[in-house]
Amino acid sequence: MYVAVKGGERAIDNAHQWLAEERRGDLSIPELTIPQIREQMKLAVNRVMAEGSLYDPDLAALAIKQARGDLIEAVFLIRAYRTTLPRFALSNPVDTGTMAVDRRISATFKDLPGGQVLGPTFDYTHRLLDFALMAEGEAPSGTPPTPINPLERGAPLVPHVTGFLDRDGLIETEPATDTTPPDLTREPLELPADRALRLQAITRGDEGFILSLAYSTQRGYGRTHAFVGELRIGRVAVEVDIPELGFAVEIGEVELTECETVNQFKGSRTEPPQFTRGYGLVFGQSERKAIAMSLVDRSLRWNELGEDFTGAPAQDAEFVLYHCDNIQATGFLEHIKLPHYVDFQAELELVRGLRAEAQAQREAAE
Amino acid sequence: MIEDQTAARKGWMSLLAKAPPDRLAALLPDLPDHALVRSPESGSVMVRGRIGASGGPFNLGEITVTRCSVRMGCGTVGHAWVQGRDKAHARRAAVVDALMQTEAAAGLRASVLHLLAAEADQARATRAAKAAATKVDFFTMVRGEDA
Repeated sequence: MYVAVKGGERAIDNAHQWLAEERRGDLSIPELTIPQIREQMKLAVNRVMAEGSLYDPDLAALAIKQARGDLIEAVFLIRAYRTTLPRFALSNPVDTGTMAVDRRISATFKDLPGGQVLGPTFDYTHRLLDFALMAEGEAPSGTPPTPINPLERGAPLVPHVTGFLDRDGLIETEPATDTTPPDLTREPLELPADRALRLQAITRGDEGFILSLAYSTQRGYGRTHAFVGELRIGRVAVEVDIPELGFAVEIGEVELTECETVNQFKGSRTEPPQFTRGYGLVFGQSERKAIAMSLVDRSLRWNELGEDFTGAPAQDAEFVLYHCDNIQATGFLEHIKLPHYVDFQAELELVRGLRAEAQAQREAAE
Repeated sequence: MIEDQTAARKGWMSLLAKAPPDRLAALLPDLPDHALVRSPESGSVMVRGRIGASGGPFNLGEITVTRCSVRMGCGTVGHAWVQGRDKAHARRAAVVDALMQTEAAAGLRASVLHLLAAEADQARATRAAKAAATKVDFFTMVRGEDA
């Protein structure tokens, strides 16, 4: 138990002032601007938006600056800010089929309509430090994009890969419904959690935690035999029903990463053998997270697919959902460094008492 | 007719919402007199996705949004909902929404909306061209022992 303490105001003020100085660092080095962070630390910004569960690149960049680059602290700042915003509406579900794709790859089909588009990827780089970036040089000029068929200009048609399998009945269908999903920002997370609620928790969950869980399924702890059916990154429009008008308007765009896995499934009493699906959808260009999310999503579906529970962590909804939120985790973890003097005093008394008792027994025995 | 009007209004409201705020301000620096029916206010919209891209909805996360409603001298009301926290952007978009319902529409379409649409198209095409330049064909190699 944490008991409130008084005093220490001056020390706290001084600590905060020093924190501000340390954040700024050497004054002879130019100060970072929010646009610099937003444009040049984009993947950090994306991670803070995804785990902060608020898509606003400027705010995420500000949070990163204020948090001195501590991304979990930045997520904390964004979560706290989010609670101050009045909720105007729910969007209509985004249509990732109409995404203007920067990247779209499939590990299951090499020839597919819309093609394999690598986009700005780290894949196939040599992971060698590029010292040219250290010598403050000019912006990379690069070769201009190869001219392409004018018919391909604009947003090309990029159908979902799972649609091909769907057509042949080789994969479970995912029929559209319009039920209102539960919202863990409005109601406490309770179990059993349906798939919609699980996806909301995982998409804002800690990337490292979700990654490790996904990896554990690949190593055999709840194996799901996943293939990346499709991974796509790009922009989709956000459409909202405007109450004062009575119709829907596209009010903006978000960049999303979507991963659909195709998984082996031997069939069950009610279902013929077919492929099953795992799904990941994350704010920003967050490829590792989206793949990991789709693996963990699939793993958590063991019950609805009639599979065995093997006791693997990634199959255990309570374990996954109650531990994936890094703000909850860090809040509880870090609170133990705050004064626990009264608690500890009680423990101290107890141990002293037990020791005295043991000592007395030993002496009586001798 | 009503449907056409609705479609047209959806189109310009969306264009105004997605326009870079600085660009809109540069194209329309001075706003005609108007009264605020609802002052610009910032909040959030919960963005939803679909399970497996096609199934039931789930909550993905929120975006910041600013909304504003204005009334012009002639009584025409304009509304705006724009992504982000830029109050001037929402106000300017609401004024344009109102003006687009008046005889000023043709002028604005030519001087503002067509430009914004062309620039948005250009930006999309540039990005699509960059993506298309990274399109690859993977070939399956025949393994030596199978040959």
